[in-house]
Amino acid sequence: MLFELTDVGLDRGGRAVLDSVSASIPEGSTAIVGPSGAGKSTLLRLLNRLADPDRGHIYYRARPLDSYEPLSLRRQVSLVPQLPALLEGTVESNLRYAAELAGEPLDCDATLARAGLDPSFAGRDVAKLSVGEQQRAMLARALAQRPAVLLLDEPTSALDHAARDTIEAALGDLRRSGELSIVLVSHDPEQARRLGDWVLQLEGGRVAGCGPLAEVLA
Amino acid sequence: MSASIHVDLWQVAASLVLVALAAAISFWQRADLERDILVATVRSIVQLTLVGYAIKLIFDVDSIWLVLVLLAVMVFFGAITARHRAAKVPSSFGPLLIALALAGASTLGLVVALGIFEPTPRYLVPVGGMVIGNAMTASAVALNRLGDEMGEARARIEATLALGATAREAAAPTVRRALRSGMITLVDSTKTTGLIFFPGTMVGMLLAGASPTDAVRLQLILLYTLLGSVSISALVATGLAYRNFFTSAAQLREPEETPA
Repeated sequence: MLFELTDVGLDRGGRAVLDSVSASIPEGSTAIVGPSGAGKSTLLRLLNRLADPDRGHIYYRARPLDSYEPLSLRRQVSLVPQLPALLEGTVESNLRYAAELAGEPLDCDATLARAGLDPSFAGRDVAKLSVGEQQRAMLARALAQRPAVLLLDEPTSALDHAARDTIEAALGDLRRSGELSIVLVSHDPEQARRLGDWVLQLEGGRVAGCGPLAEVLA
Repeated sequence: MSASIHVDLWQVAASLVLVALAAAISFWQRADLERDILVATVRSIVQLTLVGYAIKLIFDVDSIWLVLVLLAVMVFFGAITARHRAAKVPSSFGPLLIALALAGASTLGLVVALGIFEPTPRYLVPVGGMVIGNAMTASAVALNRLGDEMGEARARIEATLALGATAREAAAPTVRRALRSGMITLVDSTKTTGLIFFPGTMVGMLLAGASPTDAVRLQLILLYTLLGSVSISALVATGLAYRNFFTSAAQLREPEETPA
C-alpha cells in the first residue's frame, strides 16, 4: 500500500474536521471525493506532513509517516495546492528552484511538456500567465522534483472547461505512464471517474466509501 | 562639546502661553482636544522632570553599572511597547527583547570601541536612549509588516513548503520585505535631513550655544549610529520572529493556534 490511515482524527476550532478515518490508498491513481467541507483537502495535507493529525496513524510505504524527515518526504510526495502560488520570476526559475530543492537535474522542455505546456513558456513571467497556465506551471514545478507521488488538491476547480481538459489530459498521460502515483482531491465524481482507479469517499470528516472505482462510485 | 546654558522656570512657564493658544484653537474650532492638551501638558512636565532627576542622579553617581541598568530597563519597556504593534506575530516579545538588546549593545559598544564617545553616563545615557528608541520603532514596524505579509502570503509560503523548502526558504521573500520596511523610514529621513527638517540633536546643540560645525558633526555621528542600530534590530527581530509562524516540522501554524 502507498498510504495506510488508521483512526486518523484532526480538530480545528473545537470541531473534528477528520474523525476516525481508516483507509488504504494503493499505488496508482486515487481520487478523494466528497462534498465541500468533507475534509478532503485537510486529509491531502496530512499525506506530505503540511499538517499532522491530532489522533491516529498514517503509514507511507509501510513506514510511519512521522518517521520521515518532513522536507525530504515533501520532495518525494509533492503537493499541488488548489490555487496556483508560484514564486516571482519566470516559469523556468520556478522549475529550477523545485528541481534544486530535490537535487534533481532539470530538463525544462520535457518537464513543461509533461504538464501540457510548450517550451516557449520557460521564459514567461509567471505574473503574466492565466490561472490555467499558472496551474499547469504548478504541475510542471512539482514534476521537476521527479516525485514518487503527486498530491493534487482540486487542480481544476478554478479553471474553465478548456483549461480543465488540458490539465486532465496531462494527468491522464502521467497516470498511463505509471512512473508515479497520483492522489487527487475532487468534488466532481465525473472527474474521479475520468482519472481514478481507486476512490476514497469522505462525508463530514468520516469515510463513506473506499475501494476500486467501480465498487465505490457504481 | 561642553556648551551649557541655563533655563529658568519662568521661561518654561512663559512657553505655556503657546499651550493656551493651542487649547483656545481647539475650543474655538470645536476640535475637542482641550482635555487631551491638558493631559499631555501635565504628563510632559511630570515625565520629563522625573527623567531629568533620574539622569541627574545617574550623572552624579557616575557609575557605568547604573547606566547599564537604565539601558536594560529601556530595552525591556521598549520590547513591551513594540509588542503591541506586532500583534499578529506569535510570541513576539522574545525576538523584540533580543533585537533591542543586541542593537543597543552592539552600536554603543562599537561607538565606544572606535573612540567616538567616552564610556561615561554623559554620552551613554542620551545616545543609548536614542539608539534603543529608534531600534524599537524599526523592529515594531518590521514585525507589524511581517505579521501582515505572513497572513497575505500564506498560500505561496505553504506551496513552497510543499516542495520541501525549509521554513527559512519559504519565508525569505516575506522576511526581506518586513526587514526593508523597518529600515526604510530612517534611510529616507536621513536622505532629506537638513532639507525638510532639522534633526533634534542639531537644534538642541545650536540652542545650547555650540558651533554649527560641531552640531553638524555630532548629528552625522548620531544619524549613522541610528542607521546601524535600526538595521540590526530589524534584522534580528524579523530573523527570529518568522520562526514562530512555523512548527518544528516546517509546517505553517494555523492562525487560530498562534498565541497572541
